Amino acid sequence: MRGEHPWVPGTSPGTTSNMLGRLLALALFLLLSSGSPALAAEAPGDTLSLVRSRGYLLCGVSEGLAGFSSPDDAGNWQGLDADFCRALAAAVFGDAAKVRYTPLSGKVRFTALQTGEIDVLSRNTTFTLSRDAGLHLEFPATTYYDGQGFMVKKAAGVAHAAELSGASICVNQGTTTEQNVADYFRSHRMKYELVTFASSEETLAAYVAGRCDAYSTDLSGIYAQRLKLPDASQHVTLPEMISKEPLGPAVREGDDQWAGIVRWTHYAMLNAEELGITKANVDAMKDADNPEIRRLLGTEGDLGTALGLSPDWAYQIIRQLGNYGEIYARDLGDQSPLKIPRGMNALWRDGGLQYAPPVR
Amino acid sequence: MTRRRLTELAIQLALLFGVAALVFWLAQNVAVNLKARNLASGFGFLDKTAGFQISQSLIAYSERSSYGRALLVGLLNTLLVSGVGVVFASLIGFAIGIARRAENALLAGLAAIYVETLRNIPLLLQLFFWYFAVLRPLPGPQEAIDLFGLGYLSNRGLQLCAGSCPVLGRFNFEGGIAIRPEFLALVVALSTYTAAFIAEIVRAGLAAVPRGQREAAEALGLSPRQTLWLVILPQALRVIIPPLAGQYLNLLKNSSLAVAIAFPDLVSVFAGTALSQSGQAIEIVAITMAIYLGLSLVTATAMNLYNRHITRGER
Repeated sequence: MRGEHPWVPGTSPGTTSNMLGRLLALALFLLLSSGSPALAAEAPGDTLSLVRSRGYLLCGVSEGLAGFSSPDDAGNWQGLDADFCRALAAAVFGDAAKVRYTPLSGKVRFTALQTGEIDVLSRNTTFTLSRDAGLHLEFPATTYYDGQGFMVKKAAGVAHAAELSGASICVNQGTTTEQNVADYFRSHRMKYELVTFASSEETLAAYVAGRCDAYSTDLSGIYAQRLKLPDASQHVTLPEMISKEPLGPAVREGDDQWAGIVRWTHYAMLNAEELGITKANVDAMKDADNPEIRRLLGTEGDLGTALGLSPDWAYQIIRQLGNYGEIYARDLGDQSPLKIPRGMNALWRDGGLQYAPPVR
Repeated sequence: MTRRRLTELAIQLALLFGVAALVFWLAQNVAVNLKARNLASGFGFLDKTAGFQISQSLIAYSERSSYGRALLVGLLNTLLVSGVGVVFASLIGFAIGIARRAENALLAGLAAIYVETLRNIPLLLQLFFWYFAVLRPLPGPQEAIDLFGLGYLSNRGLQLCAGSCPVLGRFNFEGGIAIRPEFLALVVALSTYTAAFIAEIVRAGLAAVPRGQREAAEALGLSPRQTLWLVILPQALRVIIPPLAGQYLNLLKNSSLAVAIAFPDLVSVFAGTALSQSGQAIEIVAITMAIYLGLSLVTATAMNLYNRHITRGER
């Protein structure tokens, strides 16, 4: 996944002090809290009750990634990941505004989740085996299918990634960015030089200055970075995707109910898009004849109660945020500056990968 | 042993025992808590395959090497850039420091401007300046500047002939020795910045030598150069060495800013890529801190020994 701004004061204000502060707090906590199992087990437990009694959701987001989670001019968090937490709050409280965001660097995000500092990590995080099993996390849903790609200068005349043998590749230090490049070039027996920067600004600046032949990050990130180039038309994105990056919210292992709520929050938005329910027509749809729509919106049955929520949980999500397609268009698609095509994130019936089990 | 002394000893022993017990209790707590939260799984990851490339390495390293090997590569790069930086910082710093006390007003003025400019701009900004100021005007590898058969200079760095001369491929030169722009920028930024502080230390050291020493040397018929090298500097070093050690330590620690301009030092490779990739934050931060502490203590000890050596003749 795409990178962070670790350790470098100045490139990303507050990051280092934030991280050191967090590490210090964690160190103090680990030093002083009693090691008895009863206290130690507090972290997983019943997240839903905890969130309800607190009155708002604690949502871990990125420190600013266009389209996923970044604060706007008024300081409100925008993007697909930020909106996911709003949807979750709408499902739990019936009020999408009951969210508090915690910006987290890539290094501290899992620690923040594991220690209970946040209820859900909605921070462009790739679902991988090592995180699922090794870090004892749960990835209930994939909200965005991404993959790492390359951007090159048009003048270089490169059409495919396979032609990049011997090239210098600029990357932003990430969790798997360097490894993906290494895996691709190793498996194709191609030589390369990896130039790894701590922050994305310098990565792009070095690429523009000619230090590298190609810039590599996740495709969504390439779309975001291209916006910053004065001569965007002089750069091309290569068609190859060299990695699979299924991004989605993560929760702590061992709380199946909470994982279920997170999973079905995403599925409710997908099902709504499939059934043609939008932010605008959701009230009218409540009285639709289609039983699937009636079940989803809580007019019939009480499927929400099985999740531990109120029967109108999905209605609240769609009324306040809209369906998946609407959120995508607003945050990443044609209504956003990024204008990323739906691609793999289209509904299954349109040739994409987004598929939700039925609500019944 | 008197009764009072015994009591004092008992109190001290009790205190020592108390502190040891506290440390033990804290360590125990940390271990239990880390385990309960699946936060730390030990140092076994050091043997696992790192899987990423490091563009510059003093020892054999490939994607198949272990995290432990990557740690070593990063550490050696830190030592390399710090070592080269210390040499240049000392040379520039002594020259500027001596120039500040020159009788030639122009020379002294220029040295003062150097010191005031360099030490008052944050190092990170200077680092970006050197990196992008060096990178931007240089041509791409296709239009590389031919250094009369010695090698080529381009925005990919300085490619020197060693055994065989570098050959231009589709994107880059291959063969020969490559000195990358990241290394050049880091060495220039670290040595010029630290030199400004060293210059002030040298100036203070020279000023601390009594005026009579210079006059006595002149009266003996020593040339100005002999006066400086044989009389003034040896006495000034006594004052210069202790704070100079501090500057060397600063340079070593400042070299961790390398991560900003893609030089693969210890922080970039180990506390950066390896940490993000493995997720072993606590172990890696602990190792990195221990290494910097160790390097600093070794440097400080060496400088103290040298200081003891040169002050031995004092009466």
